[in-house]
Amino acid sequence: MSMLAEPIVSNPKAPLSRLNPVTKLAMAMLITLPLLVAGDIVTPSIVLGAELLAVAAFGVRWRVFVRRLWLVFLMTGSVFVTSLLLTDQRGGTVLFDLGIIVVTTQSILVSATIAVRLLAIALPGVLAFASTDPTEFADALVQHLRTSPRFTFGALAAFRLLPVLADEWRTLVMARRARGIEAGRSPIRRIRLLSSAVFTLLVCAIRRGIRLATAMESRGFTATATRTLARPQPLRPADGLAILATVALVAGATTVSIALGTWRVILW
Amino acid sequence: MRIRARGWRFRYAGRSEWAVRDLDLDIEPGERVLLAGPSGAGKSTLLTAIAGLLDPDQAGETAGSLTVGGEPPAAVRHRIGLVFQDPETQLVMARCGDDVAFGLENLGVPTDVIWPRVDAALDLTGFPYGRDHPTGRLSGGEKQRLVLSGVMALDPDLLLLDEPTANLDPEGAALVREAVDRALAATGAGLLVVDHRVDDWLPLVNRVIVLDQGGSLLADGEPTQIYQSYADALQAAGVWLPGSSGPVRRASKPAGPTVLFAEDLTYTYPGHTDRPPAVSDIRLELQANQALAITGPNGSGKSTLALLLAGLLPPTSGRVDVTNVPDIGSADTPAARLSRRRRPLHRLPARQLVRMIGTVFQDPEHQFLTQRVYDELALGPRVMGRSPDEVSRIVDELLQRLHLSHLADANPFTLSGGEKRRLSVATALATGPAILLLDEPTFGQDLRTWLELIELLAELRDAGHAIGFVSHDPQFVAALADRTVELKAGRLVA
Repeated sequence: MSMLAEPIVSNPKAPLSRLNPVTKLAMAMLITLPLLVAGDIVTPSIVLGAELLAVAAFGVRWRVFVRRLWLVFLMTGSVFVTSLLLTDQRGGTVLFDLGIIVVTTQSILVSATIAVRLLAIALPGVLAFASTDPTEFADALVQHLRTSPRFTFGALAAFRLLPVLADEWRTLVMARRARGIEAGRSPIRRIRLLSSAVFTLLVCAIRRGIRLATAMESRGFTATATRTLARPQPLRPADGLAILATVALVAGATTVSIALGTWRVILW
Repeated sequence: MRIRARGWRFRYAGRSEWAVRDLDLDIEPGERVLLAGPSGAGKSTLLTAIAGLLDPDQAGETAGSLTVGGEPPAAVRHRIGLVFQDPETQLVMARCGDDVAFGLENLGVPTDVIWPRVDAALDLTGFPYGRDHPTGRLSGGEKQRLVLSGVMALDPDLLLLDEPTANLDPEGAALVREAVDRALAATGAGLLVVDHRVDDWLPLVNRVIVLDQGGSLLADGEPTQIYQSYADALQAAGVWLPGSSGPVRRASKPAGPTVLFAEDLTYTYPGHTDRPPAVSDIRLELQANQALAITGPNGSGKSTLALLLAGLLPPTSGRVDVTNVPDIGSADTPAARLSRRRRPLHRLPARQLVRMIGTVFQDPEHQFLTQRVYDELALGPRVMGRSPDEVSRIVDELLQRLHLSHLADANPFTLSGGEKRRLSVATALATGPAILLLDEPTFGQDLRTWLELIELLAELRDAGHAIGFVSHDPQFVAALADRTVELKAGRLVA
């Protein structure tokens, strides 16, 4: 939630931030697909390098970037360590050997490949969403991808209610304490308490949803009307350039990897 | 548009009673009408039907005819503007301008016309912020004015308001009414407003229609004439009358010892450390035989303070303590007392807390935990470890005292608003606490429940309870409070 409430983008006018949201989505997809196929370390490394350079063009300051995404980095780090400990590819030079823990050049390479791939795939999505206003995203989806306005703006409105729901949850837990009901240290009571509170929360959420839907309907939000857009999200030449650049990047990275003879299809 | 009803009645699916029955009604274009009546009289049902949002095929059963502008209401829905009670569930967008534009987009207004109309609508209601202001930062009253702007942007012929100020403090409510007045004066649209608080709307309306408990027409005419000729019948039906301040109940005994006190109480919401605390440096005492009112505008920290006093929210600094409360429970040995002294209120186990403090939440449904009124009342005493005999004695007494005996087997969620309120007070009393804390107890209640609540709380006070309540209902505060403190931006003002 906090990630959505407080954008990590400090300069929304930065060149890549100003791209059409649909373009950013397409760029993220274009990057993800080849990386899902490539099993080497060269391709994702080149892509990741380019992505890190692009961070500045998204108007994200490096300090903010590291601070806000520490969880992603922590996750990547732990994936690296876990893979290092568990991989069965233990070829190459043995670097150190602690009995069950054996680290070799090959196991490091395999683990680094997984970590770099993960980061290279995650980053475009994170940047795309962090640099996009949800309202403009919904507008662009409806305008260019022809998603149903009823669904898209319905979801957008529901999204606004999430903080309200979080408040309601706190109230429910306190109201239970005020009735003398509390989990204390018992895990079983905690689960029972949670499930009853979740049920009440659901009932409240459904009622809220109905009220919101009625209010939206009373302002003409029905499936039949031909809707106009207050905030058209045009596709500019820059959007085309960005797509071309993305294609060039992934194609280039793959070509370099093939030329070096490192490229291979991932085998699970 | 003319509203015309002939023998119109409506019954919700699965109910045996008609919500509205045999209604004959003519409302001329541009008329400004207040629709009054006790809770459950079908006011909101009628309003929803006129708005064209009551689908007779799905929602229930209908008879007779109801037309707006000579057509079925659903056919002219786009010419009717509707504002509901809860601003939170009416705003769609994250920015003020976008929210006003939402309705215009839906009606297919061309893009280049949308923004001038948005600006005009914001101007019409005197909305104080620009298009880009985030809706999340508005107060409740400002949100309602934004909702009104969004509705007025569609240039409706008829404006329907369903208790639009019920959630607001008096200042916010007054600004909303001012905005409604401005908008109507500028556009000449008709008005139909449902509200419990008659006084406030009288300057804006030229006609009052009253429905009775059974959903039939009780009175219809000019405000002054209605309230003169039908005063007794209206009062009996639980309708607010202009100037009806109700009884004033003062404590019959001098204030007893202090039972609850707060010292330097400060609370900052987690993650809001960059903002000023929700509540800061509060010093407060509650005494036996006394009712303390906590007032203040929306967002001033009243409810947060009540939760802190109730031991439900851990203060960021300072503490709340209970003193001089005799029966704290079975473990009342010197050692247990000492350990309680050291433990702040919010760290006490819940079953000990409820012996000392009963808390009544603003929305009764938040505290209901069972499927039967009887079980709801028995829950607290059972948690405290009372014997089955004692439990049934306590429950029977409460059922009788709060006039809930006939509902003992009903599901708490199916009760009327007034019954839910009585039950929520009863559940707080079931554990026999010396202190009773209530958050906006009169919220959305009709006159009858309002009066009952005053009597009940006055009785409890005279029986030795210390009562603290949060309220922005000035009449309720005037009727009951022995002492009033006001909060502004989280601080007590003198």
